[in-house]
Amino acid sequence: MTILIKNGRVIDPASGRDAIGDISIADGRVCESLPGKPDRVIDAEGLVVAPGLIDLSARLREPGYEYKATLESEMDAAVAGGVTSLACPPDTDPVLDEPGLVDMLRRRAKALSRARVYPVGALTVKLAGERLTEMAELAEAGCVAFSHANAPLSDTQVLWRALQYAATFDFAVWLRAEDYALARGGVAHDGDVATRLGLPGIPAFAETIALATVLELVRATGARVHVCRLSSGAAVHLMREAKAEGLPVSCDVGVHYVHLSEVDLGYFDSHCRLVPPLRSQRDRDALSSGLADGTIDCLCSDHTPVDEDQKQLPFAEAEPGATGLELLLPLTLKWGAQRKLPLVETLARITSRPARILGVQSGRLAHGAPADIVIFDPHAPFAVHAGSLRSQGKNTPFLGYELEGRVRYTLVAGNLVFELA
Amino acid sequence: MQSNPQLNEHGELRHLLSIEGLPRDVLGSILDTAASFVGVTEREVKKVPILRGKSVFNLFFEPSTRTRTTFEIAAKRLSADVINLNVAASSQTKGESLLDTVANLSAMQADVFIVRHASSGAPYLIAQHVKPHEHVINAGDGRHAHPTQGLLDLYTIRHYKRDFSRLCVAIVGDVLHSRVARSLIHGLTTLATPEVRVIGPQTLIPTGVESLGVRVFHDMREGLRGADVVVMLRLQSERMRGALLPSAQEFFKHYGLTAEKLALARPDAIVMHPGPMNRGVEIDSAVADGPHSVILPQVTFGIAVRMAVMSMVAGT
Repeated sequence: MTILIKNGRVIDPASGRDAIGDISIADGRVCESLPGKPDRVIDAEGLVVAPGLIDLSARLREPGYEYKATLESEMDAAVAGGVTSLACPPDTDPVLDEPGLVDMLRRRAKALSRARVYPVGALTVKLAGERLTEMAELAEAGCVAFSHANAPLSDTQVLWRALQYAATFDFAVWLRAEDYALARGGVAHDGDVATRLGLPGIPAFAETIALATVLELVRATGARVHVCRLSSGAAVHLMREAKAEGLPVSCDVGVHYVHLSEVDLGYFDSHCRLVPPLRSQRDRDALSSGLADGTIDCLCSDHTPVDEDQKQLPFAEAEPGATGLELLLPLTLKWGAQRKLPLVETLARITSRPARILGVQSGRLAHGAPADIVIFDPHAPFAVHAGSLRSQGKNTPFLGYELEGRVRYTLVAGNLVFELA
Repeated sequence: MQSNPQLNEHGELRHLLSIEGLPRDVLGSILDTAASFVGVTEREVKKVPILRGKSVFNLFFEPSTRTRTTFEIAAKRLSADVINLNVAASSQTKGESLLDTVANLSAMQADVFIVRHASSGAPYLIAQHVKPHEHVINAGDGRHAHPTQGLLDLYTIRHYKRDFSRLCVAIVGDVLHSRVARSLIHGLTTLATPEVRVIGPQTLIPTGVESLGVRVFHDMREGLRGADVVVMLRLQSERMRGALLPSAQEFFKHYGLTAEKLALARPDAIVMHPGPMNRGVEIDSAVADGPHSVILPQVTFGIAVRMAVMSMVAGT
């Protein structure tokens, strides 16, 4: 199958290219030119042609939570959102701590032939924070990194050993920085809003204390660590210093956190019940600036489909998380527009940069790169409502909003996997 | 953010969920209405027909005897039918969701739901899902609000002190976990009370409480100096020892109200407590039963205030 994408505005953040042009695809890869007449021509006039989005955190809810979402529904949502590669955290049921489970997930995903799925293995058995998993076996089965998802890893000795072990084999470790004891029982940022609403708080220093521990262990072990979902300005500051020092660290922020703050909890809106919690407006601004100046490497959706019943509960009892695969592009564009960044800079945060962290060849449009491509209209309106989302999770604080940015086509390995009707 | 969910499109009280966000005139009219009901409660026939034919459901997801009883008395004096449901012991333990419980009761033709719940915000969730003719009154949600208690506190203060615009009110004890404190603070600031103080150890004062318009004191003697009103908060027994406080004895020594400490307040200061009291923990018996105490009148006013709220949201 050969495809020619004609007359689009081709944006390739990896090379800095931003020009009107064509993209040729043969054998699942981007190529210089096609020998004969293409099997299919896509007219991309007025549209942006960019590498498919790479999302470092999307929960697909399989295995174990099929009532919340299934691989089918979420893979549909991914490609409808222009996401062609996604990493899924190990907090499934059972958790991804055995090669057989990882293998099965990859096969199931592959059989659906939509987005590429990169499982992140559990750092400890059952994510219980006690015994290390067989990381080498898991890596062989296809795990790209190891993480503890949102499960507490309260034993610092175990964390130290896990980082030593991972460093031995040069495995990447993805960690969320949160001190378990300080965060225990909390459901919102410990600040003015939580005080007013009477919600148990999680102080920002629950993040920075844990982050300082992680950074100190990186110094001690040399492990490659990616810090997931920063939530506070103070954490951005620590990451900036760590990078200046030359530590082998990177970090991301969830796309909701550069737009929302504790104020958006309003009158107990359970759609704003997220992990980590939305913090102050000052934190939000620091995250947004940190993402713009490169301290924060990339954005992710932190896609977490939750069924309606689990959100129709008092705030503290509601299940945390927001659906995000289909909002990643429009919310990233909104962030870039607010910061007045060129599109090529904005898109780097969801293409070339996460590709580097994931260690994959996609996320760029160079000749020979996998033909994972999104073609979108950057100004077409996208009304967010239950009916416009393909994900089984309709839970988002942006319900009722009209955003800009509509995916028209998504290609994975040169196959057209989504086409807007 | 949504518009104020407790007011209807004409700015009238539809639900009572929190004192926060209630306009000053609405607050004033609740207190005025309550004053008219104080007379009723003193008559030989203690009933008015304002809620005749209406059903009031006491929906308590958290056990309570006192608050539930005062609501029941208030509703009966308004001639409503009262149905008490101790939900903590029934459907919730069978796994029924909060909204299912409410939908079922709604099908039994409820007019007013009096809701107490351990989770902050639960009455908001219910208010979003009830039918247009149904009303929700928050009888205490988590640490968030206890608006009828706040109103009866305001009523009591107004009764004894008349004018809020020159008062100094000191609220003492476990502010962190107190919905009573939060509701009273909102009411006092709405009524333009110039000085509202909270007094307690750092462990029991919530982060950023100054943003509610209060001054924080850790030294009780300093905080009581010149106070016109002293509100003592209840300390839950499970919080008396642990990481928040070492012991009830040490708490009483520093934050318990004694005659000696009360002497630092103004000579005509009143002492309030939402009840039930822990004598010898928050308050010394000599003070609780002494001449400054208005703790029992608070209870009496509480019925009038709850009648006022019910008649304003659901009266014809």
